Amino acid sequence: MSRKYRIVIAHEECKGCRRCIPACPKNLIAVGGELNKQGYFSVHAEHPEDCIGCGSCYLQCPEPGAITIYQTEE
Amino acid sequence: MSETVKFGKSSVFFDTFERRPGPIRKNMHYCPGCGHGILHKLIAEAIEHFGIQKDTVLIAPVGCAVFAYYYFNCGSISVAHGRAPAVGTGVSRANPESFVISYQGDGDLGAIGFNEFIQAANRGEKMTVFFVNNANYGMTGGQMAPTTLPGQKTMTSPYGRNTATDGFPLKVCELANALEAPVYIERVALTTTPRIRDARKAVFKAVENLRDRRGFSLVEVLSPCPVNLKMSAQEINAFIEERMEKYFPLGCFRDRSAETFPAPVPPPPVRDPEKVKELLFPRKLNIGVPKTFRNESKIFNYERRIKIGGFGGQGILSLGIMLANMAKLRNFNVTWMPSYGPEQRGGSASCSIILSHSKIPSPLIDRDCNLLIAMTQTALEKYIHELKPNGVLLYDSSTMKRPDVTPDKKVLGIDALDIATNRVGNHKCANSVILGALSVILIDHYLEGEDKLDFDRAFEEAIIDGFSSKPEVIKQNLYAFYEGKKVALERDKSKTAQA
Ligand SMILES: Cc1ncc(C[n+]2csc(CCOP(=O)(O)OP(=O)(O)O)c2C)c(N)n1
Ligand code: SF4
Ligand code: SF4
Ligand code: SF4
Ligand SMILES: [Mg+2]
Repeated sequence: MSRKYRIVIAHEECKGCRRCIPACPKNLIAVGGELNKQGYFSVHAEHPEDCIGCGSCYLQCPEPGAITIYQTEE
Repeated sequence: MSETVKFGKSSVFFDTFERRPGPIRKNMHYCPGCGHGILHKLIAEAIEHFGIQKDTVLIAPVGCAVFAYYYFNCGSISVAHGRAPAVGTGVSRANPESFVISYQGDGDLGAIGFNEFIQAANRGEKMTVFFVNNANYGMTGGQMAPTTLPGQKTMTSPYGRNTATDGFPLKVCELANALEAPVYIERVALTTTPRIRDARKAVFKAVENLRDRRGFSLVEVLSPCPVNLKMSAQEINAFIEERMEKYFPLGCFRDRSAETFPAPVPPPPVRDPEKVKELLFPRKLNIGVPKTFRNESKIFNYERRIKIGGFGGQGILSLGIMLANMAKLRNFNVTWMPSYGPEQRGGSASCSIILSHSKIPSPLIDRDCNLLIAMTQTALEKYIHELKPNGVLLYDSSTMKRPDVTPDKKVLGIDALDIATNRVGNHKCANSVILGALSVILIDHYLEGEDKLDFDRAFEEAIIDGFSSKPEVIKQNLYAFYEGKKVALERDKSKTAQA
């Protein structure tokens, strides 16, 4: 049985503070080019399926719902 | 294949923040990169993990986190600046099954509310305090806080904090660690991921202590406020680790969780509103009169001024309160002004009572008194000159001889102390004996119409009102009153017979 992870960043819930960016050991997160409705440049995940599920980005993020890490067992 | 959430929004948060005004209902109100949000998530996770959401009461006073109740789906109270540990004490004592979290800023806990905090810590109240040290007053725009570093520039320290005039950063964990009662004290920081993982452990420990009701836990959190400190996410992390941690070293100062026996939950207090009412107002008696009631006797057309004097312990002040209470129950405006020495027993004691249907300009009496009640020779000599011509003097004839006063005054002596001690069996009831005698003088000479019947009734109501929880006291005082009345009546009769 193997485990896989996936990061999802909610565009509208991110405030673009960038705390998550240097936290990711896999360098998966980057600043996006799009303003959200709140007026922030949100970040996005470049290769979300390369995520190793360490949770660092989630711990760094001040917003409750901006980052979700999913885990799949197969 | 099944997909689950490994890291995601805690169920202790509302799904949508309906309490937050405005269109944005998924985000918190904090600035980008604010430590409050990071800490909120850790606390929510811990509450969820230990299964105490239903009975958690999170108290956030003034500060950026005052709106924490927008987000946490548990009991919440927003309180005045600095008052969370005081309110939390009330909550945890009145609702012993609740789990109280006090969430405070450094301006809040370290300045305006420091006393509430340190006293609650010293009492070992059953609560967990999260102390957010962001080195400034965040909500008001970045003023100097007790925790601001030496040399740190803020709105109110534009040249940097000067320790010569502003003192040194307040070390809250170290101060709390000087006390006996706290169970757990740790300082953490919300900077790099390993630090945040340590913070998570500390938050979990403190919430576990809460669940186990072990006592007072404190977690100080060095927290980024990038906006007021005008720094990026990276710069603020460096500021905390390189500068703040020098003053505020991280680590566990105390952990007595294992040695602290969990306190048993006391029985739940009475909550049924009917039962509470009964406890607070046990009497079913109909006390008082309609709002429009006015006594009909002419003497009440004017302000009436009463002075009572004696020594401490004679019930001088409570005699005054009884009279004031009687007047209050008959819709008078009334003032009661005590004056006594620092000693609890002995020394001189006096009080002034003024009743009126108009405004009372001053509660003090030093002249124009209508009634003087003197319980000692000294009081008599001291206050007799304040008595108006035609005034009434009532004195305790068991403690002094008949005073020599001008004949215009109406004088009645009653062996109050003697009657109280020997007939009632409680010397403390001398004041009610005096009121019994007063009833006789007033009814015979001053009261008119229905008022003649009402005086004794008003006394009964005042006694019952004042001592509702002490039936024995009510009984004794009523007995003393009517004994006083009996003796005064007999004296009046024998005087009439002599004449
Ligand atoms: C009694 C009272 N005094 C002053 C204020 C103004 N006031 C609002 S927030 C605040 C500072 C809060 O700072 P802190 O406790 O450090 O919380 P932060 O916003 O930094 O998290 C002050 C002084 C107030 N609301 N009430
Ligand atoms: S969970 Fe870890 S690996 Fe995955 S995106 Fe977040 S920081 Fe990167
Ligand atoms: S930490 Fe959260 S809010 Fe900040 S940039 Fe990353 S996803 Fe956005
Ligand atoms: S002012 Fe500071 S503490 Fe307040 S929300 Fe903004 S970053 Fe957070
Ligand atoms: Mg602050």
